[in-house]
Amino acid sequence: MRPPSPSIPEREFALSALQQSMRIDGRTLLEIRPINLTFGPALGCVECELGKTRVLAFIDSKMIKPPEERPLEGIISIHSEISPMASSAYETGRPSDEEVAITRMLEKVLRRSDAVDRESLCIVAGQRVWHLRLTLHFLADAGNMLDCACLAAVAALRHFRRPEVEVVGEDVITYDPSERPPIPLAMHHTPYVLTFALFPFASTPAPQQTKLSSTHVPTPQLANSSITAVLDPSPLEASLLPSSSPSLLSLALTPQRELCVVNKAGGVPVSPEEFLWLVKVAEERVREVEACLEGGLLKAKAEAEGIGSL
Amino acid sequence: MTSTTTLPGEIVPAQHPNLKLGPGLLQSISGTSDSATIVSTRAGELQHSANRSKWWIESNARRYVPAAQESVIGQISGRAGEGYRVDIGGAHNASLDGLAFEGATKRNRPNLKVNSLVYARVSLAHKDMEPELECFDAQTRKAEGFGELKGGFVVKCSLGMSRRLLDPNHFLLPLLGSRFPLECAVGMNGRIWVDTKSAQNTIIVARCIEAADPDGGGLDEADVNKLLNGIQS
Repeated sequence: MRPPSPSIPEREFALSALQQSMRIDGRTLLEIRPINLTFGPALGCVECELGKTRVLAFIDSKMIKPPEERPLEGIISIHSEISPMASSAYETGRPSDEEVAITRMLEKVLRRSDAVDRESLCIVAGQRVWHLRLTLHFLADAGNMLDCACLAAVAALRHFRRPEVEVVGEDVITYDPSERPPIPLAMHHTPYVLTFALFPFASTPAPQQTKLSSTHVPTPQLANSSITAVLDPSPLEASLLPSSSPSLLSLALTPQRELCVVNKAGGVPVSPEEFLWLVKVAEERVREVEACLEGGLLKAKAEAEGIGSL
Repeated sequence: MTSTTTLPGEIVPAQHPNLKLGPGLLQSISGTSDSATIVSTRAGELQHSANRSKWWIESNARRYVPAAQESVIGQISGRAGEGYRVDIGGAHNASLDGLAFEGATKRNRPNLKVNSLVYARVSLAHKDMEPELECFDAQTRKAEGFGELKGGFVVKCSLGMSRRLLDPNHFLLPLLGSRFPLECAVGMNGRIWVDTKSAQNTIIVARCIEAADPDGGGLDEADVNKLLNGIQS
């Protein structure tokens, strides 16, 4: 069942509120919803909540024989199927446009940008490599599942530990986690995805004396911009965009100011100044997201060590 | 009033010569009329009126099941001959006759666009039939507030929250009304239409309803007051 399009009053109100730089959920235009990461009992099992959107990422590893053409590299496969569990808008067996978009973007962000060092996943050249299988379970869709899925996936990759192995002659010895501590994945960089919804009108700056948001984030303003960018769009905000060519801009970038992927499929034209400004805004937000992930990882590590020492 | 928690399938000790069953209760088919057993069909709190003649189960849900005489907020999803198809959040679309408005005649009847909102009363709700809506009071045939909703915004909440907002003793709407003027229509299908003078106030109402929703934040009066002070300062 397709979700019904918003009613005329809802659409008009949401658009007029955006023109006054206000959002229904009280955020500022360039604010993301609160992130909550839960590191599961297993290594590489992370549940990411972005507002009410929830995605569970799980990684498991096994040893396989590498394909002939790439004998020195491990394999990472991503499985992301959106089931009707997320929302009644999705059906099994028939991928929606959104699902295709999310799968392609995940592929680009995690595999094609070489986030994980695949050569370090090689055990014996041409004989044994690690195969990492990343499965994403979309638990609840409350808008912007792409950002949530990417964050869950990155968090899972950072949380995951593979067993220590040793090559003795022809044999490969796998050590139990109790014998030798498992080792984290070698990662080149940790990309985070941020999605903007772009509206073809200029918005007046938010009134300063009132703050609808509890955490007021100061954002640099761009003068004379003819577009309004909205970070982390809610389902209502996303449905205001024309469905034929939704003007969504997804940026994948690292806290070290590396831009990995830019994805914008049609929609409102963006001038170079506006684009650079959006990247700058995303840079700032990415640092917040990173702080959240690093804090969560440290806490998860401390907890795991606490259990281990008992 | 007392309340006990019941689960679906439990036998409810409801006995009264003039027994009236509310939502969540069913007369079991096996029983005869004088010794009929009442079975609950929902999990929730069993409640009854002071003279034990009316019984119902109070529970919270998000999925609306139409019941006759409930006022709902629907979204026109299409035209069907003389009338309209209306999405009221239930399993099926409801039908709204083009003549089911105050003063509507064959020649003069409202012209509603697709995706506009109506406040209507469920006039027919049967498990084997499509629900039907009417936009006037059954006795007076006057609009009594029903009809198309123009402007404003729709807040979605749990069914329990919309029932609470209809309770005149509930704190939220009087509290908001003491701060700024607002117009509000509560649909029993978990949709609440609000309109105020400024977009900011409408957003405040929307956020307060979400915060007070037992299925969401579940804040009480003092906490909502605190939230309001924080927002409006």
